[in-house]
Amino acid sequence: MPEHQITEEEVRERVRALLKEAHPDKTDQFTFRGKQFDHGLAWVHFPKGYGGLGISPGMQTIVADELHRNAKTTYDDMAINPIGIGMGAPTVLTHGTEWMKTNLLRRIFTGEDIWCQLFSEPGAGSDVAGLATRAVREGDYWKVNGQKVWTTLAHVSRWGMLLARTNPDAPKHSGMSYFLLDMKSPGVDVRPLYQITGEAEFNEIFLTDVQVPADRIMGKEGEGWKVAITTLMNERTAIGGATARRGGGAIGVLVDLWKSRAPAMYSAAHETVMRDRITRLYIESELLRMTNLRARAARKAGNPGPEGSVAKLAQAELNKRIWECAMDVIGGESLVYEPGFARRRPAANDHPSRLLQAKYQFLRSRANSIEGGTSEVMRNILGERVLGLPGEPRGDKDIPWKNIPRSA
Amino acid sequence: MEFSFTAEQEELRKTVRRFLDNESTEQTVRKLMETPSGYDPRVWQRMASELSLVGLAIPEQYGGAGLSAVETGLAMEEMGRALFCGPYLSTAVLASGALLRCASEAAKKRFLPEIASGKTIATLAVAEQPGHLDIAALKTSAKRDGSSYKIDGIKNFVLDGASAGVIFVAAREGGALSLFACDANASGLGREPLPTLDLTRKLGRISFSGASAEKISSADISAPLADTIALATAILAAEQAGGAARCLDMATEYAKTRLQFGRAIGSFQAIKHKCADMLVEVEFARSAAYNAAFAAADSSRDDLAAAADIAKSYCSEAFFHCAAENIQIHGGMGFTWEHPAHLYFKRARASSVIFGDPIEHRDKLAASLGI
Repeated sequence: MPEHQITEEEVRERVRALLKEAHPDKTDQFTFRGKQFDHGLAWVHFPKGYGGLGISPGMQTIVADELHRNAKTTYDDMAINPIGIGMGAPTVLTHGTEWMKTNLLRRIFTGEDIWCQLFSEPGAGSDVAGLATRAVREGDYWKVNGQKVWTTLAHVSRWGMLLARTNPDAPKHSGMSYFLLDMKSPGVDVRPLYQITGEAEFNEIFLTDVQVPADRIMGKEGEGWKVAITTLMNERTAIGGATARRGGGAIGVLVDLWKSRAPAMYSAAHETVMRDRITRLYIESELLRMTNLRARAARKAGNPGPEGSVAKLAQAELNKRIWECAMDVIGGESLVYEPGFARRRPAANDHPSRLLQAKYQFLRSRANSIEGGTSEVMRNILGERVLGLPGEPRGDKDIPWKNIPRSA
Repeated sequence: MEFSFTAEQEELRKTVRRFLDNESTEQTVRKLMETPSGYDPRVWQRMASELSLVGLAIPEQYGGAGLSAVETGLAMEEMGRALFCGPYLSTAVLASGALLRCASEAAKKRFLPEIASGKTIATLAVAEQPGHLDIAALKTSAKRDGSSYKIDGIKNFVLDGASAGVIFVAAREGGALSLFACDANASGLGREPLPTLDLTRKLGRISFSGASAEKISSADISAPLADTIALATAILAAEQAGGAARCLDMATEYAKTRLQFGRAIGSFQAIKHKCADMLVEVEFARSAAYNAAFAAADSSRDDLAAAADIAKSYCSEAFFHCAAENIQIHGGMGFTWEHPAHLYFKRARASSVIFGDPIEHRDKLAASLGI
């Protein structure tokens, strides 16, 4: 806890002190961000010694602003280590061992250690708590066998957040444990998973007799679900919570495409319909942005709550409609899908033309309402946690996990 | 841009809600909607003198509370929730807004204190035809007649047009559009209450046949009048957001307690997901309405027209959809006259047309964005 409330000006002073010691324009990413961490300016709401100052998370925007004013080189957390910074760090802080906090947080922030999340399985998507990957205790180790899927960045990751079943006789939520998996362990097989765009953004992971040291457990044995909730809440915030500038992001591309259409490409009636449709999407994009600003203002003091779920649902559904509309704007051009997407690993920002972006995003956005919680699951969360409606009758409560019917 | 309210603003919201919990019950709404004037003068007087709600956005020098559109919007959001019946939009928003933006200092000094104190019910008469409001095409004319003016023309869909004590009317003197004050008892003034779909908001048709009036503006009012209507549009959107939120509350409450097939109907995803979608709409509607009210209150912003277009387009559809889903979720009960669902449904339908429907607002917004 801070001895006194740190003011905005004091935060700015601390940033300037950091810049005197290490400047992003003059040194490399790992060095600079390491120093930023040491100064408590990585995540200001984290405790001192763990990259923070123990102050309100709202002050992080002051850090970003001051860095932006004084340096040309700025780093985007979500580009450097999205899973590690967005989900790994808060999970380690809340549930990790002292060793983990001391040895992992700094390297997450610098980007030296990329992280991935090993929750979903072919048989456990929305119902991730039904997962079947088994961890069996053998002396000082857990032996892990199973398959994980939709794992972003696994092919470059140093650490994985692994959720596995340690007690199949317990009801499903109480029979899981949360492990920190060294992705370089023998028996970890990472394979690219080719998706609807032709690319492999994700991986599937085969775990065969992988040994995880017993002290790499996060939280207690059998309480993995509680730890996973921390990770998942942060995932939803990370996905829905982005705030673009006015008219920016996807809607900006759509409006640009519309404005740059060829003259007389469409009939007057066609144009009238499209114009109303695009304007409607513009309005909803603006309102999503504003709702995110409202949620951020409301969240300033505490942790992300279910209000992040409104943004996630709205964003996913809106994004799909924007790119569907973009394909309508480009018309016949949408029949042509440029080569280059197929069977490869995508890099950031490698769809430079708006035309290409529209075609790519039209396909990619289908996942928006599936990844990080399907829109159907999000509606359940809104209905039950925010509005207080009762849950569905369930076929998996209070019975041993091994007796629950599962897909083959 | 910050989306947060001050402690005073939150307190105002609570005060208004408490007041309306007592003074705008469903029973009261049903009683008032059957009366010609549609409001209770005693309640109006309390709103003006005890709560200073009527003169909320009127500067203190004219007897008001000297606050802004942000506070007016908060109050209207609460009125929308409670389906408040009274001449707030006409008197406190439109008429006082037009006076502040279009009228001479003398007229402000004369009318605004009377409005703020609750003594005068006033309205603004602009629209003449159904269809989109084109200020440049207004035909009502004014001719000088000694020291006053004679007005000729017909104004339609005038809010509280049959009950207001003074009517501010936009009329053309030659080419220029001016604002005139016309007493309700002026000779040559015909007022016809319209039988409204939404019984909770009264409309009138006013015919001016050489009606005697006083000119209260100097320069052409086309631009400040458009600004007044943008302000009223923003405030009406706040009322719609409040109405939508109330529909969601009613639907959710019912879904928790109504049992069919041995379970609360809210446990069925078909119902739960409707409620979740309504929640998204309610939150978006609030964002839209707050943004428009902030735009109206902040003189450094120049996007009131666009913010009002966004708000009215979205809030109209959100309110209507929430009101319609509320009926659906209530099933047969929601279709009865006894249940209040239809009152919100009708308010939603009617308010979506006032100051222009969603398509009109999107058309204007698209033009301003070059879409």
